[in-house]
Amino acid sequence: MLSIKNLIASVEEKNILKGLNLEVKPGEVHAIMGPNGAGKSTLGNVLAVRSDYQVESGSATLDGKNLFDLEPEERAAEGLFLAFQYPVEIPGVSNLEFLKASLDAIAKYKGETPLDSVSFMKMAREASKAVNLDQSFLKRGVNEGFSGGEKKRNEIMQMMLLQPKCCILDETDSGLDIDALQVVAKGVNDLRDPNRSFVVVTHYQRLLDFIVPDYVHVLADGKIVRSGGKELALELEQKGYSWLEQGAA
Amino acid sequence: MSELHPFIANSIKQSGSLVNEQSPWLSQFRKVSAEQLLNCDFPNRKHEHFKYNNLTALTKHTFELIDSNTLSKTALFETFNELNPATLVFIDGQLQSTEGCSITVTPIADLNDSQKQTALDLLRQDRKNLVTEVRNSLLSSGFWLELTGDEMVHVVHYFTEAHQFKSSANLCLFNLASNQKATIIEHFVTEEKQSVQSLQYQSSLFSIGNNAELTHYRLQLESDQAIHFGSVKFHLNRDSRCESFHIGLGGELKKIDIDAIHNDSGSHLSLNGIYLAKGHQQIDYHTNVEHTAPHCTSSEVFRGIVDEKAKAVFNGRIHIHKYAQKTLAELSNKNLLLSTGCEINTKPELEIYADDVRCAHGATVSQMDKKALFYLQSRGIEKSKAERMISFGFINELIEQLKHQPVSEYLKPVLGQLFERTQ
Repeated sequence: MLSIKNLIASVEEKNILKGLNLEVKPGEVHAIMGPNGAGKSTLGNVLAVRSDYQVESGSATLDGKNLFDLEPEERAAEGLFLAFQYPVEIPGVSNLEFLKASLDAIAKYKGETPLDSVSFMKMAREASKAVNLDQSFLKRGVNEGFSGGEKKRNEIMQMMLLQPKCCILDETDSGLDIDALQVVAKGVNDLRDPNRSFVVVTHYQRLLDFIVPDYVHVLADGKIVRSGGKELALELEQKGYSWLEQGAA
Repeated sequence: MSELHPFIANSIKQSGSLVNEQSPWLSQFRKVSAEQLLNCDFPNRKHEHFKYNNLTALTKHTFELIDSNTLSKTALFETFNELNPATLVFIDGQLQSTEGCSITVTPIADLNDSQKQTALDLLRQDRKNLVTEVRNSLLSSGFWLELTGDEMVHVVHYFTEAHQFKSSANLCLFNLASNQKATIIEHFVTEEKQSVQSLQYQSSLFSIGNNAELTHYRLQLESDQAIHFGSVKFHLNRDSRCESFHIGLGGELKKIDIDAIHNDSGSHLSLNGIYLAKGHQQIDYHTNVEHTAPHCTSSEVFRGIVDEKAKAVFNGRIHIHKYAQKTLAELSNKNLLLSTGCEINTKPELEIYADDVRCAHGATVSQMDKKALFYLQSRGIEKSKAERMISFGFINELIEQLKHQPVSEYLKPVLGQLFERTQ
């Protein structure tokens, strides 16, 4: 499904990713952990193609399609979803309008008929209920005045509606209280499917108690320095990252 | 004396042609104004008020005064009924219909002595510049509108092909009685699919009685070839409230001066607006809020989007007089520039002579938020569509706040269409 090979990427001429390899198969959940500044967020942003992130070399393919040949909207339509660490506020554009535009655009890309308004509303209401967001949030401006937790739940709601193939969660747990964390985790777990894969980027092991990964990778200094099963996360929680970083150096 | 500018000379000549009329005071008023014109210069970059305006259209064409006798009575339009059934229709500056209106409409030629005096006082207190003098010197279509009950009136200014290269001047004096509530929608439109190059002077003066409440909309949606010099003036009396919303689509030149005067304490003004210009259009809002009495509040928000080679001007002045203690006044102007060739000139001005007031003002000019754009794109939305959504969102915030849903429902598709066409 998602295959990243020897990816080197930089931000403002500073080299952040230094040869990253990752292979994610359908149905798998991969957790990426690592200390501050290791390049975790850069990974998500590069894959979703933010213009200020430069890919120097290497490749990333989703079901064989080279992501770097596609515009951000095309990647989304191909089934890539990035849950943002800092979702953007867009005043004046209602959440509903945004979600409908998004679904319509993806349907158009795939050559499908867009949803009619009634079915869309029904879906949107169900999704907002599933992430514990009051329906009034659908009418509000996109993320406008939302609390940190509400923004993250809004991300998960979008993920539910768009039904992507590959979801990248960029520190979705940061700034969440325990209840919100469970809501987010439940959203992800409900979407787990043999055909869908997840890459969960996080600082803390806590999220992985709720979203149990198949693999855990440690990202340090722009590379994956260690991979293992879910028990690796527990080990990290006890020992910290420094022993691995030393090992990598 | 230097030679008169052709535009001024022509205006004086036109004013002279209006003399034969039944109302001596109005003739006299025009005559005095025309004499004032002799002392006026045609504005150039040194005239602060016109500094950023391109006035070449006024010299390029000669706009003859429209002849009210030749106007056809166009059938009236159901399309406006959805906004409000009580409609007052001006076609090419002349009153055509007062269908469904319960308010009393008196032509200024027929005013009684006290109304006449009030009208003159209001006109004399208006801004003094070339445009107001020309308007006064050409004034023949003027009306006194007496608002005495809980009313909503839709005033349509409709322009037809007959207005091509013609000018007209129109005045509406609204008098809202004390303790009453009224809604006025001033709506400027051009006959469908006509890009009429017309010149219009239109002034609306509102006197808002004690403890009265006015909701006002002024929608400048006429042809993008139009030249419009508008002025709106609110006199707020004790404990009165005024909510005024403006929307201006660019034209050859649309210049709207808005003044609000807090005459007595306890009054509140909310003044919001949106302007949009593209192509080579020009739009200009000059607002001036005078706090002459204590314990008054005013809040003002204007937002503009400028694209292509268009030019917008916003000048927002708040003047707090010495005795206007405990004033609360706020002004915000935000602009979005969509291309490198467009221009915005914004100037918030705050003049405070009292020492116990709370005021804030600010202006911003920005480009499209790249993060927001990326966010929408990363959800599958095409770049061009995402840009339209963000631009529309920028002004939609103000539209969502409108008190009357029919007005926002009417405006949304009009504006939506505009953003579609930009692409």
